Amino acid sequence: MDEAFIQTLWVTFKLAVFTTSILFIIGLPIAYWLAYSRFIFKPFIEALISMPMVLPPSVIGYYMLLIYSPRNGIGAWLLRNFDLRLAFTFEGVLIASVIFSLPFMIQPLHTGIRSLPDSLREASYTLGKSKIVTYFKIIIPNIKPSIITAIALTFAHTIGEFGVVLMVGGNMPGETRVASIAIYDEVQSLNFTTANLYAIILFLVSMILLTTIYSVNKKNEKWRII
Amino acid sequence: MEDNIIFLDIEKMMLTSNGKRNLIIRAEVKTGELLALYGSSGAGKTTLLRILAGLTKPDKGLIQMGKTIWFDSAKKINLMPQKRSIGFMFQDFALFPNMTVSENIRFAQNDKNNNHVAALLEAFGLSEFKNHKTTNLSGGQKQRVALARALASKPKLLLLDEPLSAIDAEMRAKLQDEIAQAHKILSATTIMVSHDLNEVFRLATKVLCIENGTVKKAGTPEEVFSENSISGKVQICGQIVRIEKQDIVNIITIISGNNQITKVIAFENDIEKLQVGDQVIVFTKAFNPMIVKVFS
Repeated sequence: MDEAFIQTLWVTFKLAVFTTSILFIIGLPIAYWLAYSRFIFKPFIEALISMPMVLPPSVIGYYMLLIYSPRNGIGAWLLRNFDLRLAFTFEGVLIASVIFSLPFMIQPLHTGIRSLPDSLREASYTLGKSKIVTYFKIIIPNIKPSIITAIALTFAHTIGEFGVVLMVGGNMPGETRVASIAIYDEVQSLNFTTANLYAIILFLVSMILLTTIYSVNKKNEKWRII
Repeated sequence: MEDNIIFLDIEKMMLTSNGKRNLIIRAEVKTGELLALYGSSGAGKTTLLRILAGLTKPDKGLIQMGKTIWFDSAKKINLMPQKRSIGFMFQDFALFPNMTVSENIRFAQNDKNNNHVAALLEAFGLSEFKNHKTTNLSGGQKQRVALARALASKPKLLLLDEPLSAIDAEMRAKLQDEIAQAHKILSATTIMVSHDLNEVFRLATKVLCIENGTVKKAGTPEEVFSENSISGKVQICGQIVRIEKQDIVNIITIISGNNQITKVIAFENDIEKLQVGDQVIVFTKAFNPMIVKVFS
């Protein structure tokens, strides 16, 4: 196994871990807000969050490139103030990946929070507990199966990304070259052995993650809240 | 005892299955009273309880607890549920599935006091389940945990939403004792939603009959459920559960306050206006009753 192979797997793994961690931190408050807010434009925001599920990855990739471009507003501002270029860098891919995997984190968490009876939250309030205490002590511990599903699904989905990473990151070894792109690349160069190895690893990792989700959900069916 | 008379005068538009309905309630509850909110479903009992807890906001009006204003639409005051010092027992009990029985009770305390938790576990016969998760408990046990939890923060007002609706008759009688005990332990005002006449008679010191969003009658259970209170007679208030026709007479079975079954003979013309489910009063004139000692 050569260095480039390990390096590609490392980038793939790093991207998935970072994307999942960032999404977990921002996903919980967003899911909570979606579950309880009565904001009139909520359907619009829900649609926006779910867009990556229906849009071709190339569309997202294209818009991300437009935003990142140093000739446009945000890209120029980042370059001027922070000397930061996002197009064809790991950071750029990471941001695109967070946006692209957003619905896979939010949906399970949102469903989990919504499925809790309102009375749990209200009981905590009547017992004198603030919204913050209720959020950490009552809501989060009672949606553990949804949290596991959300994390596994986001991780698996990030590993499986192709279009967005290719558009935004290109195929730069050690920086933005991930396993899914490497497979395509190796097949183009007729290196079937390496392509095969990448494919098996991706297949196994995704299989293990999805099996985890389904076994957690099966256990959850027997575990009733009330 | 602290003087904590509850005064409320509120209006709230409710969305019921029969369309919109305005809940207009004006009432006063004295300290230490056990008030039952009685009425058919959809009448607004639970909404009223939620308004008192601060979980539902009235459209306008005033709620005052002693000298504290809980809600005043004119002054735009709406005290959060957290600040009202209440214990609320939900219909589904709302026990926290991630916590054990004793953790549920401890969660409710503001100043952690293990002796108080142990005393509550003991009082409600929960000591042996204290380390069990609440999901595996029976309905009766869940209710006891919910009651103990509602009392744990020593609230000034205890609110019970149809506490015994999901429990069979035998267990119900036992749990009614526990509510009475809870009321005694706390010696605080208790307001209970109920559409079970037995429960109202057994527990309540006062009843508000709510119909179509307004108070139709108020008073002691006897006053409310008997049309004309005459003194000097033996009377049983209850609900007709069966009317049997036998030859020339009819036997009416009535279930009353203490889950007691009373059978009364009635003639054809007596039963004309009666049907199963009616609330009735069975009485006898002063010279009829006989007394036998059953327990000393």
